[in-house]
Amino acid sequence: MTELICIGCPRGCHLKVDEENGYQVTGNNCPIGAEYGKNELTNPTRVLTTTVRISGGIHNCLPVRSSGPIKKALLMEAVRALKDVEVASPVKKGDVIVHNIVGSGQDMLASRDM
Amino acid sequence: MYDLIIIGAGPAGLSAAVTAYEAGLEKILLIERDSELGGILNQCIHNGFGLHLFKEELTGPEFAGRFIEKLRDTNVEVMSDTMVLDISEDHTVSLVNSSGYQHIKGKAIILAMGCRERTRGAIAIPGSRGSGVYTAGTAQRYMNMDGYLVGKRIVILGSGDIGLIMARRMTLEGAKVLACVEINPYSSGLQRNIKQCLEDFDIPLYLSHTITDIRGYPRVNQVVVSKVDEKFRPIARSEMVFDCDTVLLSIGLIPENELSKSAGIVLDPRTKGPRVWENMETSVDGIFACGNVVQVHDLADNVAAEAKKAALAAARYVQQNRQQDGELELKTAGNVTYTVPQHIHLPLSEKLVEVSFRTNRVFGKCAVVVADREGNAVCRYSREYITPGELQKISIPAKLLEDKEEYLTVKVVEEQK
Repeated sequence: MTELICIGCPRGCHLKVDEENGYQVTGNNCPIGAEYGKNELTNPTRVLTTTVRISGGIHNCLPVRSSGPIKKALLMEAVRALKDVEVASPVKKGDVIVHNIVGSGQDMLASRDM
Repeated sequence: MYDLIIIGAGPAGLSAAVTAYEAGLEKILLIERDSELGGILNQCIHNGFGLHLFKEELTGPEFAGRFIEKLRDTNVEVMSDTMVLDISEDHTVSLVNSSGYQHIKGKAIILAMGCRERTRGAIAIPGSRGSGVYTAGTAQRYMNMDGYLVGKRIVILGSGDIGLIMARRMTLEGAKVLACVEINPYSSGLQRNIKQCLEDFDIPLYLSHTITDIRGYPRVNQVVVSKVDEKFRPIARSEMVFDCDTVLLSIGLIPENELSKSAGIVLDPRTKGPRVWENMETSVDGIFACGNVVQVHDLADNVAAEAKKAALAAARYVQQNRQQDGELELKTAGNVTYTVPQHIHLPLSEKLVEVSFRTNRVFGKCAVVVADREGNAVCRYSREYITPGELQKISIPAKLLEDKEEYLTVKVVEEQK
């Protein structure tokens, strides 16, 4: 039995995951917790949010996010891959900045217009 | 003359503007001191926004974008790069921008100025005055908008959410976060942020510890961290020394109420925000307040919801007169430190009265009890877990309050086994 705090929403449910019984989750108040509890022990993932450089915008940085959760182990590699990415203004919210970041199957998308 | 003037275009002001427009107000003015709308959301590039409001997990800029897009289709007037200098009791707003100094008037006003961070001066940390000490939010703006990493080896004082979010952010950007140090025996941030920002990156959290010395000049090069006793006094010989070049402070937020004071609005010394009625009206007729200027929230979603309430009340104020003579005060007892609202109009116009509050200690299985003047329980809400770091909410059915007089008391009691 492993105890976890669900990160699915700010409520932060205290989960108990039973590894010996098919990763059954208790303590969750919604289906997100059941899924998170299982994933966290079998294949932990996170949504990546970071920035890339932008020229011609009102700020130096454009906020970007992954289109969905990516493997936790790939996070650092993904951030390194974005280090040298530079885009030019104008960018629209939702524009794909990098396709299939480090082979994760997810794209990096612009978080805002700039 | 405007129907409504909204001061501040962060999550509170944006949500208020959209709601007031949808409620039918004709002439709305939204004033923002920055050059773009969105306020602090623009630097909060992490996800976790919008789960309540949009049933989606958005980043800060995406959350702001939802409101900004809606505003584009309205006739709400936006004045950015504009600083409000004064508000008077008769609803005159004095402001300055590139077209000069002017006075404008609104039938109603909504205060949505948000809050600012507590700084090193507020808690008087001993030590040298080298560079390298930042509030977490300042470091966040430098990092996420300007593209500067403020240091390589970081110690974070305080476990507020911005500090936790910055621990992860700076780690991803290649800095080494050595420790997060919290004087209380519990974290003041959300549980989920402890997990995904500290534990994910093996950053230790030292509860019941504080920084007792900052060393190095002209740049910080060491901090001393000591354990504290239950009265927050540092314990001798418990010192740990960290070699670091940067200290981030995440030690709380203060509602920004200079303008409220100029309008003669009564503030609550506990929240440091205006005393408000259940419809978010302040002590001055026709001036409403919402968001972090009233009380520090954990979530932008809750700020937007509170702003919606204020905007609907402001619209009602402009569109019709109301007859509410009765008053119920909300008192606190035991470990409840404050409530928002602080008082309630009677008779009530809504079916439910939402009350938010914080406690000053952690509770396991417990109940929130609202009692009347005679001490009888009016209603009771079971809770599994309450921590000071998470804003608590209850909704009291208006029906239960119809015959109540003078005041109610909100308290938390341990659940009997």
